[in-house]
Amino acid sequence: MKVRIKFSKQGSLRFIGHLDVMRYFQKLNRRAALDLTYTKGFSPHQEMSFAAPLGLGLTSDGEYADIEFESLPGSSEELVKRMNEVSVPELQVIDAVLLPDQAKNAMSILAGADYELSFREGYEPEDPEGFFKALEDYLSRETIPVTKNTKTGTQDVDLKVQIREWRRLPGNRLFFKVDTGSRSNLKPEFIMECFYESLGREYDPLTFEVNRTEMYGEIDRKLVPLYAYGRRF
Amino acid sequence: MRKLALSDEILLSIDKPSRYTGGEYNSYNKPWDSVTLHAAFCFPDVYEIATANLGMQIIYEQFNRRPDALCDRVYSPWLDLDKIMRERKIPLFAVESQQKVRDFDLLLITLQYEMCYTNVLGILDLSGIPLHASDRTEEDPIVIGGGTCTYNPEPMADFFDVFYMGESETQYDRVMDILIAAKNNGQRRITTLEQLAEVPGLYVPQFYEARYHEDGTLASFTPVNPHGKTRIRKEIVADMSADLPYPKHPIVPFTRGMMDRATLEVMRGCIRGCRFCQAGMIYRPVRNRSLEFLKKTAVEMLESSGYEEINLSSLSTSDYSEFAELLDFLLPYCEEHKINIGIPSLRIDAFSLDVMDKIQDIKKTSLTFAPEAGSQRLRDVINKGLTEEEILEGARQAFTGGWNKVKLYFMLGQPLETEEDVKAIPVLADKIARVYYETVPKEQRQGKVSIQSSTSFFVTKPFTPFQWAPMCREEEFTEKAMLVKETFREQLNRKSLVYHYHAENQTELEGLFARGDRRVGRAIEEAYRRGCIYDAWGEYLKYDVWLEVLNDLGLSFEFYNFRERPIDELFPWDFIDIGVTKEFLAREWQRAKEGKVTPNCREQCSGCGARCFGGGVCFEGQN
Repeated sequence: MKVRIKFSKQGSLRFIGHLDVMRYFQKLNRRAALDLTYTKGFSPHQEMSFAAPLGLGLTSDGEYADIEFESLPGSSEELVKRMNEVSVPELQVIDAVLLPDQAKNAMSILAGADYELSFREGYEPEDPEGFFKALEDYLSRETIPVTKNTKTGTQDVDLKVQIREWRRLPGNRLFFKVDTGSRSNLKPEFIMECFYESLGREYDPLTFEVNRTEMYGEIDRKLVPLYAYGRRF
Repeated sequence: MRKLALSDEILLSIDKPSRYTGGEYNSYNKPWDSVTLHAAFCFPDVYEIATANLGMQIIYEQFNRRPDALCDRVYSPWLDLDKIMRERKIPLFAVESQQKVRDFDLLLITLQYEMCYTNVLGILDLSGIPLHASDRTEEDPIVIGGGTCTYNPEPMADFFDVFYMGESETQYDRVMDILIAAKNNGQRRITTLEQLAEVPGLYVPQFYEARYHEDGTLASFTPVNPHGKTRIRKEIVADMSADLPYPKHPIVPFTRGMMDRATLEVMRGCIRGCRFCQAGMIYRPVRNRSLEFLKKTAVEMLESSGYEEINLSSLSTSDYSEFAELLDFLLPYCEEHKINIGIPSLRIDAFSLDVMDKIQDIKKTSLTFAPEAGSQRLRDVINKGLTEEEILEGARQAFTGGWNKVKLYFMLGQPLETEEDVKAIPVLADKIARVYYETVPKEQRQGKVSIQSSTSFFVTKPFTPFQWAPMCREEEFTEKAMLVKETFREQLNRKSLVYHYHAENQTELEGLFARGDRRVGRAIEEAYRRGCIYDAWGEYLKYDVWLEVLNDLGLSFEFYNFRERPIDELFPWDFIDIGVTKEFLAREWQRAKEGKVTPNCREQCSGCGARCFGGGVCFEGQN
């Protein structure tokens, strides 16, 4: 039985890398005494996979992991409670759903994600109105062709296609819904980098604090939150 | 949300930032204002090494279980952050509260190996605490040292207010009481130090004066403050079945450390009495933890941490009296919960092999033997208590049991070692290979046998029968290693034999610190000022700088390392009473010279003196 859990990673845990998060869950699952499926062989390990690594320095309220269970611990609510009892305050399980037997794992269906950006202390623009006006102009262009550095070279992409939604939030914050996953992937910091570049300004990677808030799969060209692929039990 | 001492800008620019951000599962994180006494425990090395230390975990538990105190943790910043902190004058902080070290009342620093000494100065310096205890003010924390190296604290005497000699469990509650009262009364620092000096096991170096003969040897060592005791007897827990603090809910680091596992200490001390081994003397007498405690604690530690491995820790775990019973419990439990068992210090015999067979399951990784010396003569000199027949029989049983990889550990440069002894190392390795080919029929062999031998260089340590012995010079070490290498080439099964040695010039420095006196402290300070730090990390050791410093200060390896010390010489560490007497050590040094073996504590008492503590193996079977 595959269970998808949604969890947050906040505060000082933004400095814990992806591999360490995986190790953390292996131990958390043991502490919670969950009845999990282990791989066969010399060194059995838990069958668990994560939707997408979160970059160092980013926080999240919408991380996902799929975990294979031998038997379920009562209800969704009970599982969430049990895991949180043996977790640190800055990493909390928010939800747990049971996936259909044939469900693909989160990593392979991942298509989009939501992010909220807020200016880090000391990095706020002097003229926020001017800043957001310029951003509005930039993101309203018909196409936004940019060149991306990849592992193998460079790639020409259109930000316009990859940004599904964006808006200004109260408190000079920003919301982005963007493509994420193996087919098309856009990081919100890259949007801002391109924007600053369009203004002829240098982008300091520390400008924004980034919080991921949700991740999605895609069904019939519509983004579906990863938790909606299963049902609470 | 916790406020961090370092900015995101810094944390995102350095390697492994989670070394500095705390918040690990099972860490106490007590609110700063909820207690009177703030203690910071420091292991002066990088986080991943430091978090493995059991002593630190015990003290952390001992302090935090009191409602009126908290204990936070401090580590050496890695070189990348060290540089930034110096450039920007960022004060060192503790990882949980993220408070400046200087804001604590007490700074405990553990000295687990000599090569960490410059890191200790780095900790003090980055914290803004004066390096010299005598320069500290009412605003500075009291700095207490503990751990293995404090058995000769003298090279570090200038930098510590207090040393705690021995096991933490017995006196730290009293130390906390004194410090809390002192804080409540606004008592002066000197009065507090005088009170601490009267606590058993505590040593306040500035209350003592060392005088030297013209030839450089110690003439006298006497208290100059009436509160200083003439002799400091180490503290030990005589009754290990008492309700002692233990990390039953161990901190689980986020980042993979050296010890990604729970540590179960099965006993303290060692019955064996190898003459090179300091731990074997200073932790006497052997004291077992109770079987019930171990069973209960193992389960509690594993359940509370989620660790996938448990380590049975001691100096010689096979000598634990109820080892078989402990394994009868642990093996099925660990199998059911998919937990690995690690037993690092097993003697190779039929029982151990059976155990290894069970815990290693199908993966037959290599077996480790530590004969320490190649020839039987030298093994008798060092009192290893292991005969060639036992080694070969152990190997034969291992090969029959399906192992075909063996690791052998030896030491080079031990006292009284001859060329024959050195050449015996490859010969012994070859004999083990021959046993393989004699024992395992051709059709059952899975490839070649692999015998890996490695040698380390011997460092003379205080409180051992070899404390009088000269150490080898660097070139002698190299010659010996070359001789071993050449002799390996002459062996019949040379293709199955591999030899490694570590040409580390830190051996000489280690020797200097191990048996040094207060004057060596000046060299440590000067080397630190000239940029030495992380000396234990071979690639960062600035050996040339050290040689310059020693030369400039007129200190020589000749005096500290290379001479055989007269039997009646007063040693800098003689004022410490470890229970084991200097007479016993001298007797053992004499027996070493005669090649005579001394039986282990369970075979026969040799009257070492450790009986004075009123517990442990000295009283076994006398109820």
